[in-house]
Amino acid sequence: MGEMEELRKEADNLKDQITEARKVVQDTTLQEAVAGTTLVGRVQLKTRKTLRGHLAKIYAMHWGTDTKLCVSASQDGKLIVWDTLTTNKVNAIPLKSSWVMTCAYAPSGNMVACGGLDNMCSIYNLKGKDGNVKVMRELAAHTGYLSCCRFLSDSEIITSSGDCTCILWDIETGTEKTIFAGHLGDCMSLAVSPDFKMFISGACDFTAKLWDIREATCRQTFSGHESDINAIGFFPNGNAVITGSDDATCKLYDLRADQELITYQDSGIMCGVTSLAPSLSGRLLLAGYDDFNVNIWDMLKAERVGVLAGHDNRVSCIGVSSDGMACCTGSWDSFLKIWN
Amino acid sequence: MSSTMPSSNNIAQARRTVQQLMIEASIERIKVSKASADLMHYCGEHAKYDPLLMGIPASENPFKDKKPCAIL
Repeated sequence: MGEMEELRKEADNLKDQITEARKVVQDTTLQEAVAGTTLVGRVQLKTRKTLRGHLAKIYAMHWGTDTKLCVSASQDGKLIVWDTLTTNKVNAIPLKSSWVMTCAYAPSGNMVACGGLDNMCSIYNLKGKDGNVKVMRELAAHTGYLSCCRFLSDSEIITSSGDCTCILWDIETGTEKTIFAGHLGDCMSLAVSPDFKMFISGACDFTAKLWDIREATCRQTFSGHESDINAIGFFPNGNAVITGSDDATCKLYDLRADQELITYQDSGIMCGVTSLAPSLSGRLLLAGYDDFNVNIWDMLKAERVGVLAGHDNRVSCIGVSSDGMACCTGSWDSFLKIWN
Repeated sequence: MSSTMPSSNNIAQARRTVQQLMIEASIERIKVSKASADLMHYCGEHAKYDPLLMGIPASENPFKDKKPCAIL
């Protein structure tokens, strides 16, 4: 037997082993476990603010940790930092490349980052001495579009790319610290664990991968989706992962049981999930879809308990503020809305 | 003409795949019953602090516009 054939056999055996090991711990299902839990009552959120100012499709938004500021990115070539309480624009940052696909707010509030079809992640210092917001670093190494970025701190950021890899960067030196390779399709989204030790990525190979940031390894791979994973997030305690896909479903995977616990789907929903965010307690899952709506799911019972209808085009991004007080949606209709 | 000899690249890739699968196969797994119970417990413990779940009284909602009072 040639070495290639042997390796293929070994890989198949290991895959079977993993499938078996997952079955062994499947002594029940989440569905059965929550049979006695009451469904959450109907959730009706109202639009409290509409943030107007972008002139083209909004592709991304991210809340700052201070809970009142957020940053949004639009293909009108601007990053806008908003005071969501007053709807004032704190900063309007013109971008070199208007083909932006992602943006992020540093936990410190000192920086924002963005990137897209320029294959780069640009870091902007919001607290420059003369009050002007300038590009601080341009992180270039990806050979595909930048789909997502998230700061670990003012000195480190993680990016995901259409080149199928994720990279941990040293912002000071502008260089790659670690390259996380393994996905077989474009990486579309990433999320950092609450303890900052791990991150998860969702890709066009229909899988989600859990990565150990310091060990630089992939710990687990989750399958089950039947199309590209566009959105990914952690359950608030860091023990589970939620994914949203073009297959019109969201899934909850438990990290310690190493398997899918439940799927959020409805025969009436036939369009892709673009974005998702859990509420503060994790009980609610808010997910944005291609059909212009946000569906609110009872995360334990996997039933829809609300809808946010207010945008006139695809909801491209969604986020819940860190104190859980508000949800922000961004859309191709060029508006952001604050709901609670 | 297609080569029947795999390139060293393909073998290296196949070796990496096997290495990765060995890492993933070797992790410790907890029972789904425990995983579910822990998720339910977390939701239960934190529900009362979840504004979107519990609703926010108008007086405590910083996003709600205060309507001016008209004295008739």
